[in-house]
Amino acid sequence: MLAYIATRVGRAIFTISLVLTFSFTILAATGDPALLIMSVDAPPEAIEAFRERYGLDASVWQQYIGYLGNLLQGNFGQSLRDGRDAWDVVVERIPLTLALTVPAFLLKIGIGIPAGIYAALHRNSFLDRLVMMISVAGYTVPSFVLGLILILVFAVNLGVLPSGGQDTWRHAILPIVTLGTAGAAIIARYTRSAMLEVLGQPYIRTARAKGVPWPKAVRRHALPNAAIPTLTVVGLMVGSLIAGAVVVESVFSWPGVGRLLISAVANRDLMIVQAILLLVAVCMVTSNLLVDIAYGLIDPRLRGRSGSRKT
Amino acid sequence: MREPLVRINGLTIDFDTGQSNVRALHGFDLQIEKGEAVGIVGESGSGKSITWLGALGLLGPRARVAGSVRLDGREILGLGEREMAAIRGKRVAMIFQDPTSSLNPVHRIGRQLVESLVLHRGMSARSASAEARRLLERVQIAAAAQRLSEYPHELSGGMNQRVMIAMALAGEPDLLIADEPTTALDVTIQAQILEVLKEMRRETGMGLVIISHDLGIVAELADRVVVMYAGRPVETAPVSRIFDAPRHPYTRGLLAALPEIDGALERLVAIPGQVPEPHKLPPGCPFAPRCAQANANVCDETVPTMRAIAQDHAAACALIHTAKPEALRSLELA
Repeated sequence: MLAYIATRVGRAIFTISLVLTFSFTILAATGDPALLIMSVDAPPEAIEAFRERYGLDASVWQQYIGYLGNLLQGNFGQSLRDGRDAWDVVVERIPLTLALTVPAFLLKIGIGIPAGIYAALHRNSFLDRLVMMISVAGYTVPSFVLGLILILVFAVNLGVLPSGGQDTWRHAILPIVTLGTAGAAIIARYTRSAMLEVLGQPYIRTARAKGVPWPKAVRRHALPNAAIPTLTVVGLMVGSLIAGAVVVESVFSWPGVGRLLISAVANRDLMIVQAILLLVAVCMVTSNLLVDIAYGLIDPRLRGRSGSRKT
Repeated sequence: MREPLVRINGLTIDFDTGQSNVRALHGFDLQIEKGEAVGIVGESGSGKSITWLGALGLLGPRARVAGSVRLDGREILGLGEREMAAIRGKRVAMIFQDPTSSLNPVHRIGRQLVESLVLHRGMSARSASAEARRLLERVQIAAAAQRLSEYPHELSGGMNQRVMIAMALAGEPDLLIADEPTTALDVTIQAQILEVLKEMRRETGMGLVIISHDLGIVAELADRVVVMYAGRPVETAPVSRIFDAPRHPYTRGLLAALPEIDGALERLVAIPGQVPEPHKLPPGCPFAPRCAQANANVCDETVPTMRAIAQDHAAACALIHTAKPEALRSLELA
């Protein structure tokens, strides 16, 4: 189990360094932030001074090495807009984003998993078909469309909920529902197909043949096995808790990490963009790592042979 | 008259495929006395497995099982899930063809055995765990204590089948249904598993239904054989009679396809063709299209029913009963 975890940690570090290099290269290749941030008619000395101040006058290689060196010391650079520490600017937005994504995540799991299990256990019933129809609709409609529809219905027509902003908990309802719907639909589909696959397995027949009553056979024998594929998709959603709300935050004017990313890209605020990308990469990689470890815990076949042999 | 352990009458099984209804079992009758060993033989698709899955209510919602299955005189067909669950594993246990995928991959061997013991013997977890070890030792698994904490993927197929047998013994059943228990195993392991089954029968006196496509395996274990073809029994007799005086052309075909260890080196005779699919059965005798003796006038008209030929020996072949003495003799010589 330790070797299993160690290889996966190594892989995770490699992935993060790839993301770092890639985002740095892309951003360096897409233009000079000094020209964009200073106005075009600023005096050349001012532009030079700006470049010097943020280290933009060095060669790309030197900038890259310097960037990595700073990162290793926990220094994410400064915002090119207001000179504040880039990490501080990003971190203060995280709670706002989590205020949307965590409830949405609970909504996805709380609806998606039971709906998927129910649909699988009542395969081809009316409710199974209904669940699957809603689920197809739920994940084919893009979140900005769903967000706008919800605003139209609940804010404009019914006038019961605010259309944007973040002043009260009521402002969070529509964005959370928008975020949760697609995820719940995806989880329901995955859970259903995982359950159907498992319910057809010989060991379920064995469980019933040995006298385990059906509800217990489902709980004890089917669910743990069906959890393995379902975990993959749930893990991806954990990874996107921080960055998964870019579109929805924009639609509902919610000042979280997602909206910060969009404005930073628009303003070419390099250090902020890089800090967010790094944060997102670390979240994705960490959640994948946790999923891998959880796999090992649930599925003994992945743990490797532990001191036993075949005879 | 004393009730047999199991009495099956007119058992039929239909599958609802959405558009149509396919009959997979066309009326099956069988009695099993306490402690008796019955072999069910036939090619795949002959209905030998689904008979028992259907009788125990294990076929799922698309199957319609009708007729009568009595256990000690009590009708069990149509019982609720809870009552059936109390019979499965406790009165009638079942083991399957592929032992490794028949065990739950995420539960330890010990846990799977303990589950049965707690269910059927009302044991506490602690005493169940000690009993689980004893069960593994009874089916001759070495290092039983260690195996309890292992997972099915860490054991070989033969060991997993022993675990399945141990699990079946956990409920102290009156009848064990072994559905092709050795088909997925190596030949040497096959012999060991058959030995374990024999041993357990000697120890416990439980009845046994051995389902196999292999007459040789059935001959090892069974007292009596039922030969099935296309969802119907076609011949039943004590094992020795099936080998010495088979009457149905299909049984003869199966025997001719069986190599003899001490016999002269002869060419094995395969039966031409295949078992017809359930939705494409011929109008008359289902075996007629593959039968060398088939007589178009008789065999294509009606489906023959099981009729007694001698004491404990019955077959479903129109030719046996209608043929003139000379024709009958030629049939016996064939």
